[in-house]
Amino acid sequence: MDTALFEYTGGLADDALVSAQRMGWWISRAPELEEDVALANIGLDQLGQARNLLTYAGEIEGEGRSEDDLAYLRDERYFRNVKLVERPMTDFGVAMARLLTFATYQLHLYRTLATGDLGERDETLAAIAAKAVKEVAYHVDHATHWVLRLGDGTEESHTRMQSALDAEWPYLEELFGPLDPVLTGRVADRSALRDAVLSDVRRVVTEATLSVPEVPPALGGGRDGLHTEHLGYLLAEMQHLHRSHPGAKW
Amino acid sequence: MEGVYGNDFGTDQQPDPDRAAPDEAAFAALLAGEGRVEPRDDMPEAYRKTLIRQIAQHAHSEIIGMQPEGNWISRAPSLRRKAILMAKVQDEAGHGLYLYAAAETLGVDRADLVDQLHSGRQKYSSIFNYPTLTWADVGAIGWLVDGAAITNQVPLCRCSYGPYARAMVRVCKEESFHQRQGFEILYTLSHGTPEQKAMAQDAVNRYWWPSLMMFGPPDDDSPNSARSMAWGIKRFSNDDLRQRFVDMTVPQSEALGLGLPDPEIRWNDERGHYDYGEIDFTELFEVIKGNGPCNAERMAHKRRAYDEGAWVRTAAEAYAAKRARATESVA
Amino acid sequence: MSTRRDWPLWEVFVRARRGLSHVHAGSLHAPDAEMALRNARDLYTRRGEGVSIWVVKASDIEASTPDERDPFFDPAADKIYRHPTFYDVPEGVQHL
Repeated sequence: MDTALFEYTGGLADDALVSAQRMGWWISRAPELEEDVALANIGLDQLGQARNLLTYAGEIEGEGRSEDDLAYLRDERYFRNVKLVERPMTDFGVAMARLLTFATYQLHLYRTLATGDLGERDETLAAIAAKAVKEVAYHVDHATHWVLRLGDGTEESHTRMQSALDAEWPYLEELFGPLDPVLTGRVADRSALRDAVLSDVRRVVTEATLSVPEVPPALGGGRDGLHTEHLGYLLAEMQHLHRSHPGAKW
Repeated sequence: MEGVYGNDFGTDQQPDPDRAAPDEAAFAALLAGEGRVEPRDDMPEAYRKTLIRQIAQHAHSEIIGMQPEGNWISRAPSLRRKAILMAKVQDEAGHGLYLYAAAETLGVDRADLVDQLHSGRQKYSSIFNYPTLTWADVGAIGWLVDGAAITNQVPLCRCSYGPYARAMVRVCKEESFHQRQGFEILYTLSHGTPEQKAMAQDAVNRYWWPSLMMFGPPDDDSPNSARSMAWGIKRFSNDDLRQRFVDMTVPQSEALGLGLPDPEIRWNDERGHYDYGEIDFTELFEVIKGNGPCNAERMAHKRRAYDEGAWVRTAAEAYAAKRARATESVA
Repeated sequence: MSTRRDWPLWEVFVRARRGLSHVHAGSLHAPDAEMALRNARDLYTRRGEGVSIWVVKASDIEASTPDERDPFFDPAADKIYRHPTFYDVPEGVQHL
């Protein structure tokens, strides 16, 4: 098995899956009905990416594990997502701060995977990314419009948007972890995306009359399965029914 | 009583005294010719009010209906099912929006309709006051509740009020997948492990009678039906639609390999329909009065989401106002 | 009568595919034009129903009223010479 590629793909997949799980919570809870529809679209996009990526991860592994086996039958220590996406997201400001940062990162990541300067591009990841790049471009657009409105709306929304950004910011650093050298030239080097992603996000933050948080980065570890305590509960909820009926079809 | 999802609203349905509209004769002629009524046409006030109430209740039902199924998005047992369920609950939000838009063509504001929902002055379908206790309930809702809703809604695509009819065309087109996915969930469960099959049967047992009640009280007890039929808002009586639903559903239950919790269901050759047992409407009226298992939770969830979103809505408005001022001062 | 204000109402027009006109699809609420366009995309084209969207603030639409219907539209009804079927064409003449 190509362990490095499996881990890399798993990271991408789990980021998308856990994001979709958090986004699904918003359906019926958004500030306005139109936004319920919008957030459901975004969650569906993320879930679609997760499914494609998990299926591919299963193929790389070569042990016959399906998307569902990987999503439902791994414990939290085997999940490879960053901490950014697993933390609770029940405040609309937090949801938009996270979407802005995460989708901007995904946009650069998927773009590089699909069309970046890669000598021995992984073609499957490139195909998945080529489809996803349009989706996340829309997510960036959606989040940008909301961050502008909340940052430059009322005094209350400005304060709330700023604290949301402050809360998310420490978790950005983990997105840009180093690339396993054996993958050089085959997939996007996430550490190389750092400046471009942060400069895009900073531009929106500044235009929204907010300040770019100056906070020390949180410790990483998500890519090695070292998560916050929140992920266990998220997975318990997500996996419980599937695990209660071993081997059943749904 | 009239309605869609809305048939079962027993309260607050007194007809308004018909205030003579300026051109009642022309309105009658329009209806007689099967013509469509459009927003700016003269219409009797009672027609307008009946429509507003019915469309609003239908819209509220779609929106509250997001909750029982939304309850299972986080726990859907496969990623495929999770995606389908998210898309379906999203559709319900969309359908609520199409319907609010149709109601607004009658000169009401959505904000007012939502207020009336929040304050309990307008109702939503009682079916959504039942809890979704197991995954199979998602299947039962798709198969039975959406099946009943579609039976009610298809004739509304020819409703006399143009914007409502057009909204219903869109809704019906999109809903065709909802019932199928419910059927498919139950079919998979009933052909799965014994535990899965028991789960499916339990869900059908719990949702069967409430689904029949979605068509509203028997025709004898439905004083406003005749008027709604004359107005072309309603095309078939409650009992006719209920019978149609039973006739459609019984063979499907056989295909599913699941029983229906009514020993009196049998084919009646003479009538050319399935007979079924008597419906105990006392439960329905209790649920409508607010004593159902989830009435309080559904309303609390809805109000909480609305209240917690207030700062966002206000901020967006403030931003728009700022931008408009900036554009003006440049010009 | 409204105790809460809603975002303004926008009318949505969707071009189903190239070669067709934009057709009225429905309405929605949004704080401003940019958000209206995005909400319209999410609400009215989530099954791929469109390739282009217009949104117009409902209050900006000027519409003819039913009172004006007769003077507006009846005078056009008797100008039958505007329709090709008004004219006699000798048998056998083609492409006319």
